[in-house]
Amino acid sequence: MRKVAMVGAGMTRFVRRALETPKELSYEAAKIALDSSGLSLDDLDCVAHGTAPDAFDGIHQNGEYMVDGSGGWNKPTMRVYVGGGTGVHAIVHGWHHVASGLFDTCLVVCEEKMSSAMPHAQGFFLTIFDSITERALEPNLLWIFALEMNRYMERYGYTKEDMALAAVNNKTNGLNHPASQFSDQVTVDDVINSEMLAYPVSRLDVSPVSDGAAAVLLAAEPVARRLTDKPVWIEGVGWSLDTAYWATRDLSYPRYLDQAARMAYEMAGIREPAKQIDIAEPYDPFDYKALHHMEGLQLSPRGRTVELLRDGHFAKDGNLPMCPSGGLLGVGNPISAAGTMKVCELFWQLRGEADQRQVPGNPRLGVAQAWGDLMQVSSVVVAGI
Amino acid sequence: MDEKIKVSGGTGLSSKDISSGKIFMTEDSLDCAYAWDTGVAINRYLSELKKARIIGTKCRKCKRVMLPPRLFCELCFIPSNEWVYLQDSGVVNTFSICYVHWDASRIGEGEKPHLPAVIEIDGASQGMGIMHLLGEVEPKHIKTGMKVQAVWKPESEREGSITDIKYFKPL
Ligand SMILES: [Zn+2]
Repeated sequence: MRKVAMVGAGMTRFVRRALETPKELSYEAAKIALDSSGLSLDDLDCVAHGTAPDAFDGIHQNGEYMVDGSGGWNKPTMRVYVGGGTGVHAIVHGWHHVASGLFDTCLVVCEEKMSSAMPHAQGFFLTIFDSITERALEPNLLWIFALEMNRYMERYGYTKEDMALAAVNNKTNGLNHPASQFSDQVTVDDVINSEMLAYPVSRLDVSPVSDGAAAVLLAAEPVARRLTDKPVWIEGVGWSLDTAYWATRDLSYPRYLDQAARMAYEMAGIREPAKQIDIAEPYDPFDYKALHHMEGLQLSPRGRTVELLRDGHFAKDGNLPMCPSGGLLGVGNPISAAGTMKVCELFWQLRGEADQRQVPGNPRLGVAQAWGDLMQVSSVVVAGI
Repeated sequence: MDEKIKVSGGTGLSSKDISSGKIFMTEDSLDCAYAWDTGVAINRYLSELKKARIIGTKCRKCKRVMLPPRLFCELCFIPSNEWVYLQDSGVVNTFSICYVHWDASRIGEGEKPHLPAVIEIDGASQGMGIMHLLGEVEPKHIKTGMKVQAVWKPESEREGSITDIKYFKPL
């Protein structure tokens, strides 16, 4: 396998409802990623793009529709989709294209436009429940997160306040992100007192519905070294899919992520992730998921994560900053683009280009992760400079 | 291009942009209908639910008693065709108290919150839960680890569906 580096990144602002079409959003993100690397479309070998269910956009075979906006026309172009995991999985997918030796460059573009679905994009998630044994119960998407969050909290005796601390950590970081959908500081009390949707999930425990796109340009080592003196290397990738019989899993621990993370760390030669990793971008559509995923990523001992969070360990100036981008809670959650945004953050942080969000101490090694399908998939990328 | 530019596009719209006619919109409504055949294992599961019984399958290799029943053990990848009747009681593994509908609209005045739970069914291997609903219980009295019992629809109303169990109530 060849060494693969990130040499460019770009994204749109994340907004509740965007004027731009999915194709236009893709173009904006893809164009910045290309331009910032110094490559033109003609230099580009292939495209790996990602977008979540066609049903969101109401455009069947959305990948084909996206192709012009992602720079993929007349090129080998391939779409991946693993639900919420898509944004990081698309990076893994693009990494294969270059690491294999088949291509020297690959542009990864992920886009999501959730606002088109009426009355609410959540409705399209209902079809992930088993068509025969579950859908007859008329489930609500929130149920599975609420059930998992409750299981996680009960397992370790965590409180609503504990979970809210994670939301505040991420939302505060996000205030400095130029693409963020939010502008207001949120407190622990705000989170706890926000409307109860599905116990234990309150409104501010959840990331918003968003439109947006993000892109990363990958290059093989010789090309990367020619383009930039600060390539950010993809040191390891991993992914894993757990059983679709989700109610039979131990919901208090993300086994799918444990496996994906170990795969990525082994490839990266990382033996002690909690000591070696400088910044973490765990997937955080809900506040508890940031903590749940820190445990799955082997970055925090099971059941001690809240204690570390309270001690400031995961703060921007702590030993292991969690979601310095702001995450989905602090920037926004256009499903597949949100995962790619996390990889963009690693690119900017490791190059020291994260402006006001910049984590101190010259971080050298970071990990980004996304999660999806029926709460069963995780994709992980370890990046270093 | 300026290397500092990292974010472009994503122009937020307000409802006024649309209501004032500044931004045009097209609409379509898709009407999708499906009918799912229940498959080999689940068909037997449903036919037993119709008789007010819960049935699982056992893997002869890993010895797991699995629910919902399945044609094959996904761990051992061999047929799991030994059928085992389970009890219609279990333990609450986790639960929620839900105040919103699927489309994020709020439940109405007087409408009771929905009470989904993962219930580990007695007689199945440890951790083998199914998603179902709780009933005949005040939300504030629901606890993880609570013993519960299936409440079946009357025989005349049972149709071979997971909803033949109306809900689970505390024992
Ligand atoms: Zn087996």
